Amino acid sequence: MFPGTWSEKDTHHAVSGVLGQEAEYIWHGDEALNDYDAIVLPGGFSYGDFLRSGAIASHSPVMDAVKVFTERGGPVIGICNGFQVLCESGLLPGVLMHNDHLEFRCIWTDLKVENDSTMFTSGATNGQTLHIPMSHGEGNFQADEATIERLEGNGQIVFRYADAEGNVTPEINPNGSINNIAGIVNERGNVMGMMPHPEKACEKLIGGDDGNIIFSSMIDTIVASLA
Amino acid sequence: MTVSQETLDEIALSRDEYEAIIVRLGREPISLELGLFGALWSEHCGYKHTKALLRTLPNTSDRLLVAPGAENAGVIDLGDGLAVAFKIESHNHPSAVEPFEGAATGVGGIIRDIFAMGARPIALLNSLRFGQPDDARTRYLINGVIGGISSYGNCIGIPDVGGEIFFSDTYKGNPLVNAMCVGLIEDGKMASASAKEPGDLLILVGADTGRDGIHGASGLASRAFEEQAEMRSAVQVGNPFLEKVLIEACIESLDLPGVVGLQDCGAAGITSAAIEMAERSGMGLKLIIDQVPRREEGMTPYEVMLSESQERMLLAVTPGLEVPVFELFEKWDLDATVIGEFEMGEDVRIYDEGEEVSSTPVITLTDAPEYKFTGTKPDWLTVLQNADLSATPLPSESPASTLLKMLASPNIASRFPIYQQYDYHVQTNTVVEPGGDAAVLRLKGSKRGIALSTDCNGRICYLDPEVGTVIAVAEACRNLSVTGATPVALTDGLNFGNPETTDVQFQLTESIAGMSRAAEAFNIPIVSGNASLYNQSNGIDIFPTPIIGSLGLLEDVEKHATAGFKSAGDVIVLLGTDSVWDGIDGLAGSEYFDLIHGKVEGQPRIDLDLEIRTQAMCREAIENELVASGHDVSDGGVACAIAESAIIGNIGAAITEAPGDRWDAAMFGETQSRIMLSVKNENLSAIEALAAAQNVPMVVIGTVGGDAITFGGDDITVPLKDVSDSWENGFNRATSD
Repeated sequence: MFPGTWSEKDTHHAVSGVLGQEAEYIWHGDEALNDYDAIVLPGGFSYGDFLRSGAIASHSPVMDAVKVFTERGGPVIGICNGFQVLCESGLLPGVLMHNDHLEFRCIWTDLKVENDSTMFTSGATNGQTLHIPMSHGEGNFQADEATIERLEGNGQIVFRYADAEGNVTPEINPNGSINNIAGIVNERGNVMGMMPHPEKACEKLIGGDDGNIIFSSMIDTIVASLA
Repeated sequence: MTVSQETLDEIALSRDEYEAIIVRLGREPISLELGLFGALWSEHCGYKHTKALLRTLPNTSDRLLVAPGAENAGVIDLGDGLAVAFKIESHNHPSAVEPFEGAATGVGGIIRDIFAMGARPIALLNSLRFGQPDDARTRYLINGVIGGISSYGNCIGIPDVGGEIFFSDTYKGNPLVNAMCVGLIEDGKMASASAKEPGDLLILVGADTGRDGIHGASGLASRAFEEQAEMRSAVQVGNPFLEKVLIEACIESLDLPGVVGLQDCGAAGITSAAIEMAERSGMGLKLIIDQVPRREEGMTPYEVMLSESQERMLLAVTPGLEVPVFELFEKWDLDATVIGEFEMGEDVRIYDEGEEVSSTPVITLTDAPEYKFTGTKPDWLTVLQNADLSATPLPSESPASTLLKMLASPNIASRFPIYQQYDYHVQTNTVVEPGGDAAVLRLKGSKRGIALSTDCNGRICYLDPEVGTVIAVAEACRNLSVTGATPVALTDGLNFGNPETTDVQFQLTESIAGMSRAAEAFNIPIVSGNASLYNQSNGIDIFPTPIIGSLGLLEDVEKHATAGFKSAGDVIVLLGTDSVWDGIDGLAGSEYFDLIHGKVEGQPRIDLDLEIRTQAMCREAIENELVASGHDVSDGGVACAIAESAIIGNIGAAITEAPGDRWDAAMFGETQSRIMLSVKNENLSAIEALAAAQNVPMVVIGTVGGDAITFGGDDITVPLKDVSDSWENGFNRATSD
């Protein structure tokens, strides 16, 4: 967690309180990581998001350790501000710009699963929609044409904003992201970034539990690899 | 030396008050001391016009852990080892001058009041009032205020779960921006804003002190307010990132053995914060003013004492135990500086560069003068109250198009365009999102939940400040009851005009009397509050606007009701009345009368006994799981309530009876104490039995279903897609060309 992170407790609750996994907070000043199975970069406004969202956090000591972790193949998921930090760090391509309407948006979104073969979506099926809220002012994913072509061609687009039936339309796009992109994965398949908040959809009482599909997919994949 | 009128005006002290200071001190005050008196005797800090009235409010309850006024916020016990601190506060004049920063720092200020209690902030609400949105300046204010709340609240990770917004030209030059914050205290870890022993260190943490916000409390908040663009420098600038870090560091610091007290540094800055701590501790205080870290060079002691720079807190720390405190704040990259110490005695002694520059007894500063008054009812009000409502003809438009117009009114239309700019999910406790009558939050680790709402209809308070305030309390509680929550505590944000006029004195006196009457009848305490006076536009006082924030408790958060209709075939009933339609008296102060006829007149009424019985019965029905949906009947009357439940549930409704000749009063009258439920047919007899047992009148009005709202068969038919379009787009259409 960085100063200004605010989704760390929500994520801890989803992963630990709801799904029963052991979880610890990692401080931004830490230069080495313990023997973790996976890392979550949670949402918030790291370092106040001065300069650009995620820009300052990408230079914090812990991000060097996160890079080493990913190079070893360790799974990392960046949510919202975490996605922004991953892009700023170069661990994922592209950039998250101001929403095209220039306003902050807190709404429930339906995410169409585009690639169910990643370790983050193995519990879902292609075409399925996940009902998960978003909450950001800078989630407008953009990249140059060649990068987008590569992402599309490689199946690196994991989620797109859709309606509840899975139709991907310009009208449903909440922030102007190119091709309605809501989440992407790196080429190796161990680093994913997404703007909506799966940890905010972890129990039916608070509006839905589709977010657990993403965390459970990660847990199942890791458990299988350890077996 | 005689002080100039200009100087007194700047700090909002009267000549008489100045003379009183000389008597108390036995000498002329120096300039620095005059600044301290101006700040502490301001309405904002000293409550000189409202103290006597506020003392009459009910403030006892078995659940009350911290009494109103004793600390930064009142605290209510919820059971299960949980307690909540909550409070509402205004930032009206700063928001009128600089809407973005004014609203943002209003949010920041109320959050600090809450975590100063050791409470983790878990919810924000905003109660806003503006002029009609067809005006360019008003739109600038609306966008600025919403942007400021959005920017500050979203960055800090506290969900913004509710509130209200209301438009009337009475607020045109003087918008109201009231922010409420609720915080959770676990395991009795409550903090106090006081020192324990003489010798305790006073430590300032957080932001450096700059020249922003000087005279915010005394100037902006405490005098006749007109367009004061030159007062912009009296508005502070907020940094929500710093506040977020400050929350974490301060809450963590309470686990350190040396930290004995925590205090918000808000209005009137170090002056108010430090001196109130000394008063509360019953000690004297030595302040070393040159130790305060500054943002700007060349600041005088006067400026340092009165700066309202944001994101600062004061700690009282046992001497010898301060090093771990410094280490903790260092970890969060925050400054922590010893700026004084508590001592035996009763004086505030201020040191600058090794010399004592002022020594004043604490009590002379904090014991602000009190003004008592009882205004008399103005004649113009009697005329308004006695107006013959039936003399106003029916509108030329049809009932169906009038309904669409009502739903599109900026006072009734969906607030989604606003709250979608606020994060209402963070902390993952939001069970009922904004858009209903009240927000419902779960409390992790407990079956219990809380419901939160704010309410006040200024139009009705204008027509009768006593009854209007009773109605504000009743509605704020009704909003909770329709979710199933039992009201347990209230906070009040008093927004009134110039208290030096007899009309406003009458309004204040009557309003507080009404608040007392209602709170006593509901048997709930008013645990905290705030007074904002001198709210005027073009010399005309605003409608009296005593905003009521309410907190309710659900024993089992799973058993709650929401406003939207659920399934075709469900029966729609009204509680609190035995007639489907309202009569002409219900138009007093109604949205319909104002919107369609441009009239604010009539005599508002409420039967408090009926209100309390009806709410209790509604809660029991929800607890017994007999209710499919519950919605308060208020602005826009029963027709708008039906439409809202239909739109939210995305299903139509058929109302059996036609509204008759005086259909406007029938459909849009706002007679109090009515609640609309929809229930499964098989539960209807149980609902009727409950109503009979509790002596609550009720009437079956129709059934849920179809894709239109119909009244009296085919008499009046409005397609659901039309009512949805009016209601959902009303706000955006009203605020753009």
